[in-house]
Amino acid sequence: MRALTYHGKHDVRVDTHPDPQIVNPRDAIIEVTSTAICGSDLHLFDGVIPGVLKGDILGHEFMGRVVEVGPSSTLKVGQRVTIPFTISCGACFHCRNAEFSHCDNSNPAEKQDASETLYGHSMSGLFGYSHMTGGYPGGQAEYVRVPFSDVGPLVIPDHLEDEKVLFLTDILSTGWMAADQATVEQGDTIVVWGAGPVGLFAAQSARVMGAEQVIVIDHYPHRLELARKLGCKVIDFGQTNVLEALMEMTGGQGPDAVIDAVGMESHGFANFNPIDTLKQKVGIGADRIGALRQAILAVRKGGRVSVPGVYGGMSDKFPTGALMEKGLTLRTGQTHVQRYQKELLQRIENGEIDTTFLISDIMSLEDATTGYKNFAYNQNEWTKVVLKPQWEKGRRQDGRARTETSLATGAEVRTEQTKGALAHA
Amino acid sequence: MDQDHRTAPMTERKVVAAAMTLGLGALAGLAAYSYLGPSQSQSERHAKTPRLTDDAPGRTAKQARFGDYAVTGRSVTINAPAERIYSFWRDFANLPRFMENIQDAREIEPGLSTWTIRAPLGQTVQVKSRIVNDRPGEQIAWRSTEDSQIQTEGKVLFREALGGRGTVVEAIIAYKPPMGLAGQAIAKLFQAEPSIQARRDLKRLKMLIETGEVATNANRRDKADKFQQNQQAVQADLAQTATV
Repeated sequence: MRALTYHGKHDVRVDTHPDPQIVNPRDAIIEVTSTAICGSDLHLFDGVIPGVLKGDILGHEFMGRVVEVGPSSTLKVGQRVTIPFTISCGACFHCRNAEFSHCDNSNPAEKQDASETLYGHSMSGLFGYSHMTGGYPGGQAEYVRVPFSDVGPLVIPDHLEDEKVLFLTDILSTGWMAADQATVEQGDTIVVWGAGPVGLFAAQSARVMGAEQVIVIDHYPHRLELARKLGCKVIDFGQTNVLEALMEMTGGQGPDAVIDAVGMESHGFANFNPIDTLKQKVGIGADRIGALRQAILAVRKGGRVSVPGVYGGMSDKFPTGALMEKGLTLRTGQTHVQRYQKELLQRIENGEIDTTFLISDIMSLEDATTGYKNFAYNQNEWTKVVLKPQWEKGRRQDGRARTETSLATGAEVRTEQTKGALAHA
Repeated sequence: MDQDHRTAPMTERKVVAAAMTLGLGALAGLAAYSYLGPSQSQSERHAKTPRLTDDAPGRTAKQARFGDYAVTGRSVTINAPAERIYSFWRDFANLPRFMENIQDAREIEPGLSTWTIRAPLGQTVQVKSRIVNDRPGEQIAWRSTEDSQIQTEGKVLFREALGGRGTVVEAIIAYKPPMGLAGQAIAKLFQAEPSIQARRDLKRLKMLIETGEVATNANRRDKADKFQQNQQAVQADLAQTATV
């Protein structure tokens, strides 16, 4: 089969691998019909997540048809399924508590040592995401072996097209959990750092949950435009003093909850960033925490901090003083996809959640390398890339993020400042 | 080129200056510490303060001494009744299904078993061990016989976990690190950090009992390891212990 393969930092290629087989009784083999490049794949692409090896198949957002099942699988050949990026056994303490991304049993025993040393406890298994999380071959491929196929996969009714449900596997569920962990209450202002796919879905989720004011921060005009279309207010950190703006936009109180949908490779923000970037580049496991630091400083006293953004190592200049003195609640974690996916599927069917507005490009899996490079380096226009293993090389289609925005009309994103001096003050 | 020649010594000088500043800073710090740091009488008083004997298992002590024996132990919580896990373990033929370096284990006569342990360079070591304590659902303890290549003893305890979370399985193994091939085998068996192997083995036991299989990232049967072989027999044996 063909699959997107890691060859080194900034070097991914589509190679040929042997087709996967059923190995354990609860396995199923999925023929992938759609798969996506995730923002967290860019952390792998940039070489800042430890334990990614040459030859690894990447990808953890994928769906398809069941083509083979093990004797203990509950799936049937031919069923259409989305596959959560978290591999969960359904039986351990954490799975029984619906903390599926903390599963004790999905990361092979010999792979648990690294995270146990680094984090004090072992991580669960994830598809296509470093050997610290199991080194499972990922979903940017024609076929995938899916362990515990009786727990994770969600059967999708045929009338829902792939693009509408694909993001249940990660970013939609992740955005939803980010808002859920931020807790939305009446009158709340929720602020999201990062207008990437997770940030946009977190913002939309907060709106669906009833947040009266949602503010999204980024520096790419087109990504901010997508946030504005969701009914959010936007701040461009390149032109605005974020902390001051957030105080002024919340009547001097500060936002009730903040969501860091940026993670370990934050741009801009703080004086410390060049030092942190250097430390990250020499590979000593340093995270760049500019977004998180700013979020903790911005949130009101007694507020909530929700972190769906991925971090992997250590950091310094973490604002422990603000965290303690302001009485904050900090909630984090990989997504418990299996906890949220059924409810979210229902909301998609009911039309409460728009899942396709952020797709910019749909292309053949054969062109995945182009997809990675543009998603990494042309972040303004390339907002979400969906890959089709069955499409011939070169076939490409614009997504709604291109056809329904200023990218299609060529209009200016921002209005000109033509009014009097106080009009924008 | 010229420019390079002109700038290079400048940069070097800067680095040296920075290093010297840092070094001087460290020296100053040291001097300050020796002057202002804890006085000798303070350190002495601290050392003489009698320590409370704490409740942690002895094997977790910073300095553990148990005669000639090295002791390692690990606990894991498994969501299953103690009787079930006990029965699975007590059938020694099951040990290779979750223990990486046990190639074969069988009870040759009641209470006496032989274990074949994987050693470096494709060699194996034989251990004969006798069960010295066997309390169904609670404990299995064993000790190697005198004609064994390795002197080892161990026990595995089963007790109910707090809050109905299943069973805590605690394996404690003591061994006398010998010389020669057997010594190498022991090194292999327990790796550099003795508890790593016990930890991995117990995790695999937990996987088997809780999920019916041992997790692997292999997506081809020929790339999987021994824990994924003979799945039908494993399932049958697990089903049998489930009814215990």
